[in-house]
Amino acid sequence: MIEAVQAWFQRLYETTGFNFTVFYDPYDWERYVAGLRMTLLLGISTILISLVIGAVGALLQRGPSRLLRGIVNGFVVVFRNTPPLVQIFFFYFGLGTLLPDVRSADGLRAPILDNVQWAIVSLALFAGAFNVEIFRSGIEAVPKTTVEAAEALGYTRFKAYRHVVLPLALRVCLPALNNNLINLLKTTTLAYAIAVPETLYAVKQIWSESQNVLEMMLVLLATYAVLVGVLVWIMHRWERALRIPGYGR
Amino acid sequence: MSASDRTGLRADVRPESCPTDLPVLLPFALAEGHPPARLRPVHGWLLCGVAVVTFPAWAQGAAVAPSPLDVVIKWAPLLLTGFAFNVAISLMAMAIGTFAGIGLGLAMLAEGVVLRRIAWSITQVFRNVPWLVLLFFVMFLVPFQVTVFGLRVPLPDWVKATFGFSLPVMANVAEIVRGAVRSVPNTQWEAAESLAFTRRQTLWRIILPQCAKRMLPPWMNVYALIAMATVQASIVGVTEMLTLTAQVHAAEGGRPELFAPLYGFAMLCFFLYCYPIDRLTAVLERRFETR
Repeated sequence: MIEAVQAWFQRLYETTGFNFTVFYDPYDWERYVAGLRMTLLLGISTILISLVIGAVGALLQRGPSRLLRGIVNGFVVVFRNTPPLVQIFFFYFGLGTLLPDVRSADGLRAPILDNVQWAIVSLALFAGAFNVEIFRSGIEAVPKTTVEAAEALGYTRFKAYRHVVLPLALRVCLPALNNNLINLLKTTTLAYAIAVPETLYAVKQIWSESQNVLEMMLVLLATYAVLVGVLVWIMHRWERALRIPGYGR
Repeated sequence: MSASDRTGLRADVRPESCPTDLPVLLPFALAEGHPPARLRPVHGWLLCGVAVVTFPAWAQGAAVAPSPLDVVIKWAPLLLTGFAFNVAISLMAMAIGTFAGIGLGLAMLAEGVVLRRIAWSITQVFRNVPWLVLLFFVMFLVPFQVTVFGLRVPLPDWVKATFGFSLPVMANVAEIVRGAVRSVPNTQWEAAESLAFTRRQTLWRIILPQCAKRMLPPWMNVYALIAMATVQASIVGVTEMLTLTAQVHAAEGGRPELFAPLYGFAMLCFFLYCYPIDRLTAVLERRFETR
């Protein structure tokens, strides 16, 4: 099976000149798969962390503490209005060099967070800032009477948020959340700039060695189309699974 | 002692004016809610003040080398030129993308099925591919010069980058146009039809003027996004603000403590540019809200 695919792409190259090295050269294939795996790692981890940031931020934003509210608002405003690439550079080059080093196992100096971890941190914060706003819009859509009913039943503020407000808010803001998470998945390509070996990076390496820019571009486009398509499909499934009959439109 | 004396109720003193500590008897007042905290210009100035005060103090450790603040001030003109270039790229990409996007959006609303399908798939592709990937696509696959009627037109990299940025703008604007036209009540179409307007007249004279107002806030959102995305051009070798920032850092001896102030300055520039747009968008959104 694999040999047949490899032979087919080899023949395609010999007959038409379309050089899809990834599909017949095991070395390029491995690099491509490693890049894909890194993109998935970046995508999944940043999605999860940014969801947590969004939920916690939205809770604090409505909290009683003026200071916390101010901090969350400042965070949201700053991260929404500065370019994600500059944020990544700021974190990786700016903060990364200010933090103290640690000794790695072989006695070499290593930064506390490497480039992959910094990429995850800055991308998660970037998307988290948008998620705070999205969750806030969802929470504001939950009727006040529902919260009052929960209070009357003896829920504490946090318990009411966790069991009553958030589940309802989540359903209201899922379409906006969809958009933002897809955007986040696409923004992971920016990690390329600090040499995180994700898909774009791997593909760039392959095309600069094999001189097949057009073919690898097509592979790259197809890859992201499939990734985004899968995410959209999952989110739609989730949206349908969460739907409460009679609630919302 | 009469009954009225015991209860404290007398004809000349009404119960409302009686000072009482029973909450039930207090006059009704709206509970003081928490207005969502907003950053105001004052906060920005305060932050700037704090930064100005603390930056030199923080840099005292490096006695010989110029402080980060001095470095930033020294190179600010160059960096701001780079920033102006970013703004120029974003404006041009927005102009091109808007024109193409309106065309594409109208094509998505066309009567013909084939045209509609084609426009829809173009929109989906350009909306769902990362902007950086599109940028690579344009940078590597568009030749560095084109020959039109024997006239060689050079395409410098910033032109290609502008073109690369206008592609996602086009797709997003197309979606905005489609959404806005869809949001106009069907009755408007029917009314126009009954007044014997042709389809084209209906679209241009009745529907689109109503849409313009609805399209403005999301359109400005797209602009803020594209303005922030222009720094990605530095990855593909266009000399803009981030490229200049890296060069300035190298020119200052590559001291690691300079990274944060220099990139912080870039962040500040974009923040000061994009935040007013964001606020204005929110204001317009509230004003144009149709219920």
